[in-house]
Amino acid sequence: MIVSLAQAQGIGMPVPASTYANEVDWLWNFITWVSLFFTVLIMGLMFYFVIKYKRKHPDERPHGMHHNTALELGWSIPPLLIVLAIFVWGFRGFLDITTPPANSYEVLVTSYKWGWSFTHPNGGSSDELHIPADRPVKLVLESQDVIHSLFVPAFRAKKDCVPGRYNEMWFEAPWNPQLAEVNQERVNPEKAWTQAPTMAFDLYCAEYCGTSHSRMITMVYVHQQESFEAYLDDLANWMEGMPPADIGARLYQTKGCIQCHSLDGTSGNGPTFRNIYGTERVMTNGERVVADNNYLRQSILYPNQTIVAGYQPVMPRINLNDVEVAGLIAYIKTLSDDYTGDQVSVDVDGVEETEKTDPGVEATTGAIITAEQTGQEQDNIQQETPPDQE
Amino acid sequence: MSVIPKPAVTDIFGKPVDEQKADNYLTHGRGILSWLLTLDHKRIGIMYMVLVLAAFFLGGVFAIVLRTELITPNETFFADATTNNDFYNQSFTLHGAVMVFMFIIPAIPAILGNFMLPLMLGAKDVAFPRLNLLSLYCYLAGSAFFLWVLGKGVLNILFPTLVGVWGGGGLDTGWTFYTPYSTDSTTAVTAATAGAFVLGFSSILTGVNFIASIHMLRPKGMGWFRMPLFLWALYATSIIQILATPVLAITLLLLIAERTLNVGIFDPALGGDPVLYQHFFWFYSHPAVYIMILPAMGVISEVISVFSRKHIFGYGFIAMSSLAIAILGFLVWGHHMFTSGQSALLSAVFSLITMTVAIPSAIKVFNWLTTMYRGSILLATPMLYAIGFIWLFTIGGLTGVFLGALSVDLHVHDTYFVVAHFHYVMVGSTLFAFLAGMHYWWPKMFGKTYSEKWAKIGFWLIFAGFNLTFFIQFVAGSQGMPRRYATYPDQFHIYHVISTLGSYVLTVGLFVALGVWIHSLIYGRQTPANPWGANALEWHTTSPPPHHNFNKTPPATDPYDYSHWTYDAELDGYVLNEDNEPEEAEAAHA
Repeated sequence: MIVSLAQAQGIGMPVPASTYANEVDWLWNFITWVSLFFTVLIMGLMFYFVIKYKRKHPDERPHGMHHNTALELGWSIPPLLIVLAIFVWGFRGFLDITTPPANSYEVLVTSYKWGWSFTHPNGGSSDELHIPADRPVKLVLESQDVIHSLFVPAFRAKKDCVPGRYNEMWFEAPWNPQLAEVNQERVNPEKAWTQAPTMAFDLYCAEYCGTSHSRMITMVYVHQQESFEAYLDDLANWMEGMPPADIGARLYQTKGCIQCHSLDGTSGNGPTFRNIYGTERVMTNGERVVADNNYLRQSILYPNQTIVAGYQPVMPRINLNDVEVAGLIAYIKTLSDDYTGDQVSVDVDGVEETEKTDPGVEATTGAIITAEQTGQEQDNIQQETPPDQE
Repeated sequence: MSVIPKPAVTDIFGKPVDEQKADNYLTHGRGILSWLLTLDHKRIGIMYMVLVLAAFFLGGVFAIVLRTELITPNETFFADATTNNDFYNQSFTLHGAVMVFMFIIPAIPAILGNFMLPLMLGAKDVAFPRLNLLSLYCYLAGSAFFLWVLGKGVLNILFPTLVGVWGGGGLDTGWTFYTPYSTDSTTAVTAATAGAFVLGFSSILTGVNFIASIHMLRPKGMGWFRMPLFLWALYATSIIQILATPVLAITLLLLIAERTLNVGIFDPALGGDPVLYQHFFWFYSHPAVYIMILPAMGVISEVISVFSRKHIFGYGFIAMSSLAIAILGFLVWGHHMFTSGQSALLSAVFSLITMTVAIPSAIKVFNWLTTMYRGSILLATPMLYAIGFIWLFTIGGLTGVFLGALSVDLHVHDTYFVVAHFHYVMVGSTLFAFLAGMHYWWPKMFGKTYSEKWAKIGFWLIFAGFNLTFFIQFVAGSQGMPRRYATYPDQFHIYHVISTLGSYVLTVGLFVALGVWIHSLIYGRQTPANPWGANALEWHTTSPPPHHNFNKTPPATDPYDYSHWTYDAELDGYVLNEDNEPEEAEAAHA
């Protein structure tokens, strides 16, 4: 057991990977040594007294002082000075950790039950956090439902995502070649940046948020400048030339749908996506609705307006543009057993009607038809794994 | 049994008491109503004991369930992730809520405090015996809400259609009821908060009673600085109970209003502020930590002195440090919220005051050690638990310094480091002090001896099991293992395995302790009035005490002066020499 402990993780803090981690670790070590000193002192004296002054006869009448003010002050003041010093160091470190430098690279973090969305200044977003090395990164944190907390142990960084307000946090990860490696699982020969080494760290949700709290885990990837820029380009344009159903398949994973909606027909917190398209659904108010394009669009964009009987109104609002919504709908269609790939369903009219006002939509609708005509199957999606997917 | 002559009840002089006159609160009245309607603080204490131990068992079952779930990194009980995780979340929530509201908070004040406080004052009862009984029924009513929550949860799993009939059951918010999660949760949050609300009244009524009793019922000769330190501890505790508990009550009412009437207070979707809830909640719940630990420190002050047979060292400093902790305890609630986005200035103030709480705590530990210095130390079971307490409290207290230091807290906040820390303080320390007190006062409460050998075996199992369970969690937490995770990355597996195995050892130990008590009730021999040679007034009457506590009000002398008592080998206890009895005159003079 001790061997496997030693192999597991070591017993101190994780490997430090941010500029302020060493400062935190220094204070951590200081308090550890102080604690060790007092623990050994107290336990040593206690065991010594127990042995040395063991009762030999039940009628012993030991005598001794009842009080000694000098002694009381003597053991109160030094510990007071030590904890005050610890306070000062802790506060200085805290100010460093909570004050983002002015030139920080800013990422918007949207947390929801149960996932993360990291939006970069170029508009691209992902469920993993990719950041440049050697540059301060500021995260603006928001939550769409309950309180979450973003925690990266390697950075010693944690901050709550509180609904109704923005919190901020920052860190800078210095490039450390010893921690960097090429992630073989994600290498895509067409994209040079996937072959560049990155430093990868766990990112946890630290504030209890319900059923899948313990699955609200993702990764932070720290890139060198060149591969980071390539990543950003890819992130902003990943949908280009991709069939809508493939777009939907990827969004299903990255936007958190996968947490509640299964593909195999089993019920989770939400209904399964399997064989849902075109079927009749019973609502909590008894109403019966056919799951056509409009129904799906409304259920995705305004999730809690109507609820299928047997479920709770718990789905968060996910920020999606029209192209993305159309992609998800196209993907859900492919999950019907009746789907043959070349049938343009009767409901295409519905999509056109809904989205007529938006000039960008014409293209989308067209794309849906194209996608379905070309009959892209789900298998293709695996090969064209988008840039930041595991 | 009948072959062995029954040892007689003896008084403080070691003289047998006439069988007819030997009144005993346990046999004073008969029938179930003589218990349910009793105003006797001793009987109320015993009823509290039965109920609180039942709550401890219930909370313990959840603890074993959740530790067992964590023995594998992935879903352990159910293949379906949603079912498994909800089951885990409800388990840790009910574990926390039951243990905090129904076990730790009432354990020492309501059982040992109720029983001992009037005896230590040389009084017949507490100041308001009827309120005392009311507090017991508040406890029962509040617990009934939690049983309702639990029962609904179980029935909903067995018969899913019931959800449509009476709504969600169980509780999945964590014992902290953080908003807006608790506002939105479909589980029985309203019933559970109502339960905590009612349990709060039980706590308040006990506090009111203790304060009034200590002010009004002290006998002649017992000035404030002649009280046993356990009474100082209960006094400081009571102040917190009556000042902080109403804030929790208001907070929980606001939460119920938000859930049932959609009044926007904490939920941002309704225009509220979720962090406001945290301020309200911790304004009670941090002082509540001291409601748990202060009486524990009082018990330890008694036990260390008696089993060292030496006057307590630094009486004034120990007594005042209890008050200092009670007052400072009100000013540190924000240290639970360093990551919430509260202002840096606020965090700094809370961190600074948190650091200063370390000092009165350290003062107590050093005074206990100095009391042991050159004492006459007997390692009986209560003393073992007291030494175990100092061990665990030292670790629990020092790890609190890590959490109070702002920059370090940002890393370990909401990880297993915090879990380990508060278990060391709340469970390790309070539970060990509770067990120390139970084994110390057991002969007085029931007039029966217990098996010293098995009680010690119980101690070692509990001590080993506790440290095995929780020490490793400091390591897991510093490595970044977040708390309240039903599943976790593989790298934390070994820590959880060790912790879970430790919790099984701890469970076995607790059952050994329970077995020792039950065995004692059935087979225990009659104990003398004063088996340990203590001098606080509860030892100046027969064991168990008569209904009216004392046949003659005993003179209040220095509770830590043991010199008048001599050992009587035949009784295996200490007796007063009749010529040697300290007179009231002497008491008043000293």
